[in-house]
Amino acid sequence: MNISVLLKQVPDTTAKISISNGKVDEDSVSKWSMSPYDEYALEAGLQLKEATGGNLIAITCGPERTKKMLTDAAAVGADTLVHIPIEGVKDNTHVQKLLAAAVERFDSSVILCGKQAADTNGGSTGPGVAELIGAACVTLVSEVNFSDGKFTTIRPSNSGIEKVMVDGLSVFAFDKGSSELRRPNVRGIMMAKKKPIESISSDDLGVALDSSSLIINSQSPPPEKPAGQKFEGAEHVGEVVLKLRNEANVI
Amino acid sequence: MDFTVIAEANGDSLHPTTYQLIGAAASMGSNPTVICPNGTGAEEAATINGVEKVISVNGDCFNIFDGGAWASSLSSLCGDIILISASPNGREIGSRIAAKKDIPVIQDVTSMTEGITVSRPIYSGKAMESLTVTGSAVITLRPNSFEAALAENNAPINVVDQSADVKISIQEAINKASERLDVTEADIIISGGRGMGTIENFSHLEEIADTIGAAVGASRAVVDEWGMPHRMQVGQTGKTVTPSLYIAVGISGAIQHLAGMRSSKYILAINKDPDAPIFGVADYGIVASWEDAIPSLKSALSELQS
Repeated sequence: MNISVLLKQVPDTTAKISISNGKVDEDSVSKWSMSPYDEYALEAGLQLKEATGGNLIAITCGPERTKKMLTDAAAVGADTLVHIPIEGVKDNTHVQKLLAAAVERFDSSVILCGKQAADTNGGSTGPGVAELIGAACVTLVSEVNFSDGKFTTIRPSNSGIEKVMVDGLSVFAFDKGSSELRRPNVRGIMMAKKKPIESISSDDLGVALDSSSLIINSQSPPPEKPAGQKFEGAEHVGEVVLKLRNEANVI
Repeated sequence: MDFTVIAEANGDSLHPTTYQLIGAAASMGSNPTVICPNGTGAEEAATINGVEKVISVNGDCFNIFDGGAWASSLSSLCGDIILISASPNGREIGSRIAAKKDIPVIQDVTSMTEGITVSRPIYSGKAMESLTVTGSAVITLRPNSFEAALAENNAPINVVDQSADVKISIQEAINKASERLDVTEADIIISGGRGMGTIENFSHLEEIADTIGAAVGASRAVVDEWGMPHRMQVGQTGKTVTPSLYIAVGISGAIQHLAGMRSSKYILAINKDPDAPIFGVADYGIVASWEDAIPSLKSALSELQS
């Protein structure tokens, strides 16, 4: 079984985001990491691979720097590394089309990804790819199992959680999973360095990146909050509670 | 541009965000069509100001949440600009409708003006992005970011039957005996961090939460280290919340935590470290240990309630 895992490289969640000339300044990002929810998807993919003897394909869309993340994925067990080079694509629907074409090209039986990326925070990619390839999609899952030719997964419900079964080709978008991404061992790291990365262009995938009706005007720092009122000592609690009622009107 | 609102249900009635979606459409000078999946809340939707008509969509496909099935039954009923709540289900349906129609989807929008120009937080609120869309689009709106429309209307309701191929089936429902409010639904949240000392001390926060009808949240540190449920986690890898009041107790304010709660309307921080970064985003800060502050907070709040 071919298991495709869609990965995105993002500024590490500890990294400071600076803006220059109306844009997030990528050059100033101190550390790039695999998006945290994608890590859960990758770990689930590795477990699925071990349980089924499948082949794990790690796919990413992005600039040259994202290849490092694919090598990291290989170090923990990804078998095939696929890089779709793009620079500055603005519209997520373009990325969805590229990823959908790639998972079809590798004849994937199941596609795993994070519920949303830590940079754009959208959550469109998993369901969007599912729509394009005619697959089912379950979002916010914490684990995926395969038995008797069917996938089952756990997702939140209104009253707790529910175990659901999915028919046929499926996309699973991960929330925090039941296990953290494993650490690579030395052998894994050494082998990963030699693992080739397959580069597939949008032309190779037959995806025309038409101009988009979506324009990014600017990116900016979040609005500054006016400085708050600070009190020293617990004896001010009563006073603050009254302010919450009379000034803020929230209790 | 004609606007379509896809209603969000809460049990048998409309979720409050539906009023905000309609309010947002109305603020753009539009009289939206409101689509009610499974007919839920259709009569209620017809009473909301600004609504041109309600489409009550019935079908077996709504018995379970399958975003693919929902999108395929709703998509053909939608107009140019489709507004949905940026809830998990809303985002999923929105992405699938956008992919189906080959139009852009813009998630988690917090403001919208003519153009159509919208802005949305990115990097979990560490930055904002302004976008303009010149054609059709799906736009999901962050709950509690738009003025709710009032209800003094009497719009017509059309009933439509739809069917769709459902690919997901429920094997087992596991109920969690949590009577606590979910942090994403609560109007007031009281969260604890490592400064609470031990997991047992969260009972003090729970007592306060019960007094004022708040949800209890937690920082990543205590979720990871003390094994609190992930659904309580507020922050970049947990929930993003926008309550009217967020009370942070013993939370220093790591950048990832701030990302998840900084757009709360009011923030009260209680921390014994006067230099804790949480004070940088707090409207009200009290420098004190939780042991000193919580008893007074409890009594002051119960006094207000009585």
